[in-house]
Amino acid sequence: MFDDWSDKYEYLIDLGKSLPKLDDMNKTDDKLIKGCQSKVWMHSELVDGKVIYTADSDAIITKGMVALMVRVLSNQSPDEVIDSKLDFVEKIGLTKHLSPTRSNGLLSMIKQMKLDALAYKQLKS
Amino acid sequence: MELFLILRFQKMTAPGATLKLSLDINKIREDFPILSREVNGKPLIYFDSASTAQKPQVVIDSLTNFYTYQNANVHRGVHTLSQEITVAYENARVTIQRHLNAAHPHEIIFTKGATESINLVAHSFGKKYIQKGDEIIISEMEHHSNILPWQQACEEKGAILKVIPMNDSGELMLDEFKKLLSPKTKIIAVTHISNTLGTINPIKEIIELAHRNNTPILIDGAQAVSHTLVDVQSLDADFYCFSGHKLFGPTGVGILYGKEKYLNEMPPYQVGGGTIKTVTFQKTEYADLPLKFEAGTPHIAGGIALAEAINYVNHLGLDNIAVYENSLLEYATIELNKIEGLRIIGNAKHKTSVISFVVEGLHPFDVGTILDQLGIAVRTGHHCTQPIMQHYGIQGTVRVSFAFYNTKDEINTFIKGLERAIKMLK
Repeated sequence: MFDDWSDKYEYLIDLGKSLPKLDDMNKTDDKLIKGCQSKVWMHSELVDGKVIYTADSDAIITKGMVALMVRVLSNQSPDEVIDSKLDFVEKIGLTKHLSPTRSNGLLSMIKQMKLDALAYKQLKS
Repeated sequence: MELFLILRFQKMTAPGATLKLSLDINKIREDFPILSREVNGKPLIYFDSASTAQKPQVVIDSLTNFYTYQNANVHRGVHTLSQEITVAYENARVTIQRHLNAAHPHEIIFTKGATESINLVAHSFGKKYIQKGDEIIISEMEHHSNILPWQQACEEKGAILKVIPMNDSGELMLDEFKKLLSPKTKIIAVTHISNTLGTINPIKEIIELAHRNNTPILIDGAQAVSHTLVDVQSLDADFYCFSGHKLFGPTGVGILYGKEKYLNEMPPYQVGGGTIKTVTFQKTEYADLPLKFEAGTPHIAGGIALAEAINYVNHLGLDNIAVYENSLLEYATIELNKIEGLRIIGNAKHKTSVISFVVEGLHPFDVGTILDQLGIAVRTGHHCTQPIMQHYGIQGTVRVSFAFYNTKDEINTFIKGLERAIKMLK
């Protein structure tokens, strides 16, 4: 989909810039998903049986990835979130951003998104 | 006559002069096979030697050679292979002894790296000499590996950790250091060169101050040994440590130098096979130095390859290396300072070729990610020196670190790449 790396990153950067800022009220330490370098805050709510995610990061490219994840995972049922494979990431050539290096808050965020969905699922039942 | 002139010129030239006569950088780069790699379709520009240095072919060959022809255990066997390899391993120890100008080979302990070396001293020296109410002094610019072991020793013994502050240029404040010294100071641990700021600390002076207070001192040389010659006797350091992989050697091996008067008195750190004279369930008598501190089978290939790395570096000459790296440092500093919104973190009068910087409004992680797409390897983050970040009130920096295989052309490419990254991210 992206031939030139700069197109890919321009897209991510634009996505990141367009992601609505998370309320300061929700940018609390308990919403903080710790990566070594870029911070990621993630907030979730269950609305009409669908999990709604909002998130933010202090690094623009991470924010772009966060925006992508929110776009894909938000507004789905808990089961859909839990089962989602996220192999589109590989298809668009952004897998390295999911590598478990210390710098990566993103991987932890995805785990947390799925955990939140699991919690909502168990709440329902 | 020409060679004589070159050597005389080298002696006359003050550090900071540009002198490329003695190092043929293009030829040197051929010694490092990884430098011909591509990353993301671009030639690799490796500016992360402060994290780990690249390896010359002789070091790679030494490792392969070991496992192909020499592999056997050391100190333990009677057969030919084991005897040969024990000789080779102990020769490596002597090479390292000579390189540091230590008085005895048994003052050179092989460890896993600088981190383990420091843990060894904190644990063993701490066990014997540190009591409740005693004091340990470190500095504000230490790597976590030279903070945490001392913090832990203090917690275990009820001792107090004191910290030498630094100024905003990234220089240790020696007047403040003098004030911290007391009769209760039992050990001091300070870095030779800061991995984040590039600051070269005046360790000879610091060691003298420590000794005037009758306090032994450990110098963390992890960043220093690839940039400068270290003479532990001239410095009169009580302990000096470094990691092999930052000195163009393999990972998993490092060195602790300690004066025998301390090492002899210190109890063993890790215990097990090889550290004993006799073992009964009632009592065990420990081996002499250095084996007392070398439990288990060591990274034999690593020790031998490290000696090869040292030979390689000495062949080039660390004085020559320092002069060349200084020219890279000066050039990069000038070019970086031209960029609007860029601030260099760490402007000590005496620096090695390490530059940390921040760009206003940009997260270092983003900058590093874009540079990576251009094949440029830098390090971003807090560099395991969170107290330094706290000093400057920042989350992290972008760090470039140069070795003698880097070039001015690479710096030019990096500057252009950085300008592009800034444009994309702002």
